Amino acid sequence: MEKKFGIKEVVAMGIGTALFVVLTNVQIPLVIAPNTYLQPRMAIMAFFAAVFGPVVGGVIGLFGHALGDAIFYGSVWWSWVFPEAVVGIVIGLFAKKFAVKEGGFNTTANIISFNVIQVVSNAVAWIVVAPVLDILVYSEPANKVFAQGAFAFLGNVVIIGVLGTILLSVYSGISGKSSDLKMED
Amino acid sequence: MSRMISYEKKNTPIHRLSGFTKLVFFLLWCTVSALTFDTRILLAMIAIGVLLYIISGTKWKQVSSVFIAIMFFMIINLVWIFFFAPYEGCNIYGSRTEICHLFAGYTLTKEQLFYEFNVLIKYFTVIPSIFIFLVTTDPSELAASMNSIGVPYMIAYSIEIALRYIPDVQDEFHKIKNAQEARGIEMSSKGSLISRIKNTSAIIFPLLFSTMERIDVVSNAMELRGFGKKKQRSWYSKRILQTGDYLVLAFIICFFVFAMVITFYDGNRFYNPFI
Repeated sequence: MEKKFGIKEVVAMGIGTALFVVLTNVQIPLVIAPNTYLQPRMAIMAFFAAVFGPVVGGVIGLFGHALGDAIFYGSVWWSWVFPEAVVGIVIGLFAKKFAVKEGGFNTTANIISFNVIQVVSNAVAWIVVAPVLDILVYSEPANKVFAQGAFAFLGNVVIIGVLGTILLSVYSGISGKSSDLKMED
Repeated sequence: MSRMISYEKKNTPIHRLSGFTKLVFFLLWCTVSALTFDTRILLAMIAIGVLLYIISGTKWKQVSSVFIAIMFFMIINLVWIFFFAPYEGCNIYGSRTEICHLFAGYTLTKEQLFYEFNVLIKYFTVIPSIFIFLVTTDPSELAASMNSIGVPYMIAYSIEIALRYIPDVQDEFHKIKNAQEARGIEMSSKGSLISRIKNTSAIIFPLLFSTMERIDVVSNAMELRGFGKKKQRSWYSKRILQTGDYLVLAFIICFFVFAMVITFYDGNRFYNPFI
């Protein structure tokens, strides 16, 4: 991991973005509020950020969201693109600590700190950055954008907390092992 | 999943422009659209957008389904704005002209209608530029142009990889989805929330792990070919700027300055017809 920015990170950014874009259309509508969805792609971004670091997480959030919006919806909501990058960067900052690829993610401490970090970064992104940008750029009413932000926050925290944690833990379990051999008693 | 906007090879004035020009145009255009709330500028941008759309020879069929999806989204958004803040327009324009009383605390005002109209056309100004950018720019030229506006080539290259692999990953997604459905996993909207999360992860897991394998394969291939050994990189598909490019660049820079002056010269980014 001491290498600075390797080929693997470049490819992970690229294919991770592709995966993020493809999953743009996979959404699970929440019943409680209209226009809010659980987005599995957020879990994917959190996964890549935790495995490959802040640059990969930030780029997947930024370009993945912008490209996905552009290709499927023909428009880009810039005020919601940047918060996504914020989540990716913040989670990515702790990639070394998680040591997912080395198989070190499956400790209680790591799982708890991953979830604390994702809740905090989502709070910053969706309860602060996104509504503020919406007000600055689109002059949308404050109560509306904060309500939307709160639902986005909830949805993302749930999907990253459940799906993201499971993905990381399973991957870490597989990739850390050198073989399935066990020592005999 | 056929409703996707993608590049189409043609020979129009816009296709002949270099990707660099189109990227600069696109970014400045989005910046103007984000900063201004001046109705006159927004309407001018829509007019220019429609004109460019016609020149680019984009067929309605290519974009219609996406367009309808956006319209649907925007109408919902406007209704939301009205329900959350029925007098936002009055606050912005500093006056109140009532049209009729609707119900409870909701009264329709001219200012609100004008404000929501502005929000609508503000979204609309970005749409044609995105359609045109995606339909007329060769993906393999995009990385070259991103690099020439200063994005590090590692990141520009990764975007190129993303565009190259979107169809592949999409194929894989459909294969896995079909396989899981064949095994009896319900993917439609019938199930409960928990079962839908479970069923979605039945696709996400294999998809993610096959993606991780693909990353290994591709990065090994790139390493064998010596990617990333030098600080700079040259691009096969980079185009040299022509006269047309310089004209378009000059136009968009002038337009940017002009729009900013018009928007902010009275110290407020809203155009107020109610004074």
